[in-house]
Amino acid sequence: MAHRWGMAVDLDRCTGCEACVVACRAENNIPSVGEDQAQKGRAIHWIRVERNYEGEFPDVRVKFQPVLCQQCNNAPCEPVCPTYASYHTDEGLNGQVYNRCIGTRYCANACSYTVRFFNFFNPAWDKPLHLQLNPDVSLRQVGIMEKCTFCVQRIKSAEIRAKEEKRELRDGEPAPACVQSCPPRALVFGDLNDPESEVSRLARSRRGVKLLGELGTQPNVTYLQRNEWNDNNT
Amino acid sequence: MTTTPDQIKHDLINHDVINHDLLRPVGQASARFFLVVAMLGLVVLAGFSAWGYQLYSGIGVAGIRRPVFWGFYITNFVFWIGISHAGTLISAILRLANAGWRRPVTRCAEVITVFALCIGAMFPVIHLGRPWVAFWLVPYPNERGLWPNYRSPLVWDFFAIDTYLIGSITFLILPIIPDFALCRDKFSGWRKTFYGLLALGWRGTQRQWHRLETAMHIMAIVIIPVAVSVHTIVSWDFAMTPVPMWHSTIFAPYFVAGAIFSGIAALIVAMVFLRRFLHLEEYLPSVCFENLGKLLLLMSLLWVYFVFAERLTIWYGNQPAEVAVLWLTQKGPYRYLFWIMVACNFGIPFPLLAIKKLRTITGTCIASITVVVGMWLERYLIIVPSLSRKFLPYAWGTYRPTWVEITITAATFAGMALLYVMFAKLVPIISIWELKVGMREASESMPSVVAVSKARPTVSERSEHETVGFKNSHRVGKP
Repeated sequence: MAHRWGMAVDLDRCTGCEACVVACRAENNIPSVGEDQAQKGRAIHWIRVERNYEGEFPDVRVKFQPVLCQQCNNAPCEPVCPTYASYHTDEGLNGQVYNRCIGTRYCANACSYTVRFFNFFNPAWDKPLHLQLNPDVSLRQVGIMEKCTFCVQRIKSAEIRAKEEKRELRDGEPAPACVQSCPPRALVFGDLNDPESEVSRLARSRRGVKLLGELGTQPNVTYLQRNEWNDNNT
Repeated sequence: MTTTPDQIKHDLINHDVINHDLLRPVGQASARFFLVVAMLGLVVLAGFSAWGYQLYSGIGVAGIRRPVFWGFYITNFVFWIGISHAGTLISAILRLANAGWRRPVTRCAEVITVFALCIGAMFPVIHLGRPWVAFWLVPYPNERGLWPNYRSPLVWDFFAIDTYLIGSITFLILPIIPDFALCRDKFSGWRKTFYGLLALGWRGTQRQWHRLETAMHIMAIVIIPVAVSVHTIVSWDFAMTPVPMWHSTIFAPYFVAGAIFSGIAALIVAMVFLRRFLHLEEYLPSVCFENLGKLLLLMSLLWVYFVFAERLTIWYGNQPAEVAVLWLTQKGPYRYLFWIMVACNFGIPFPLLAIKKLRTITGTCIASITVVVGMWLERYLIIVPSLSRKFLPYAWGTYRPTWVEITITAATFAGMALLYVMFAKLVPIISIWELKVGMREASESMPSVVAVSKARPTVSERSEHETVGFKNSHRVGKP
């Protein structure tokens, strides 16, 4: 059976340490746009940790929420691309083919989660970061849209390895950089088509909600959160 | 009705006057013309330089950022495609309705369509991240084994605009053919060769007239659904996405109405300038402005109705994401622009156009200029606030244009003026043969026209007081 990759994000575990953000940058050759551009809102973070404040001062609580591409099953970004640069892969990912992208930025406007990022200039890295580029991930030219891929290069290499060893993929074997680096194990990745996988179990949990689920985008990312309805049913 | 010898004589005299008046701007070029062309050309050149700078440095020199990925460029795109509805739609409707006052107006309008479309269609390319691969939108067999994505509204746009451009160029050229032939017959030298080629062998035979009339009639009918479809599809660029205040069923008719609104305004402004600088006071009488002013008034009311209907339903529906965008424009930082827009599109034009005393040429001109400004702002206020307040507050943002975008925007207005001025220099901007046909019809149905036109200066009087200007135009065949 084909895979359908998904993630569960346990908000009750997330400490907001941003290790996922750092790991993602290192894994995916994300350019550092520089101070000026970042101030303009052009920084690229395939995964970001949103800080939401609850309560009135001084009784304030911060809630952390890692937001990455939700890999929607019904993605608003896909049909609007005139050149099929954003398309749906067999394994349920929202693929982005860099070489097909002409830079209309229509997908980024259509995306309800604002998780698509645009290369306003050619990529650059502060020295010596240019020496640590990942050879498995292509660099993106100016004028191209990019986004979280669920570390498709890791998924593919795990699949190839399993095929070589003539076995099925083990649950949790392909792990995106963010999942691998999460100290409190707030992020869980796996195959949603396997009902026994950890991510399937968590996705079925009563604590599970979809981000902006009311829009009907059917994300493959589930957020887990204790709330008043499921307080006794964790 | 039989034609009396008196009428024939009268027609001939009138024809000479018309030929003289309307071919005069074509036959000669004053220093003022070259000055205007040079000034407009400089602004256009600045625009091209800014675009070159953007191509060289990357699209980042524009002010767009996350999450406002579309800014001035798409505003200009929608605005200019809207302006292009002046011509074809208005002139097609007036032709089909056989409104007599349309005759001096149609060509002015059709030219706006073609040029505004050319300018508008540049923007989807200018705004691309990688404009050098823009041709991937064209369906052709290629080594990538890919067709364009027909589900994408941008691809619909591509086809709609192409169809409209081809249709409106045909619609513009058809009625010019007899006038090209007239220029060919009246001029000598290189102009004779030039217009001879453009006249496509027009000899004015019965068969040719019949074919021309049939073709024009077919085009007038065909172009109306095409024009409506173009702005419908432009509106769907927005309405097809789940973005707050974009995802709306009202957008298609709202955009079409807005397009016709701004189109009429642009037409009136162009006509006022032509009337003044080419001394066409007699050919563009106040009745044209009066009638176009009434049309503009109707569209202004329709525009207010659409804005009210759109905003009331969003306010009442009270969806959090949509209301955030609504209040951003009503009470937030965009409120000044919003209320300037309402003033420009309704507050100022409404009294100017509704009160008969104010609906003069000056009045309609002022109203039209405010409408053009207001409709540009409307497009900006549709695009930018919605993008800066999408669903997740953490990713909210702002937008501020840079000098690159502002220069290119200014260059489009200069470019439009430049193309228009050049066209009016090469082609009689008022359809000469249609005017003559109209005059013939009028004199056949009301013989009193002869008496009325006596009040105008006779040929001899006219040629006397215009000999000064006429000497310069030695190339114009003496009538």
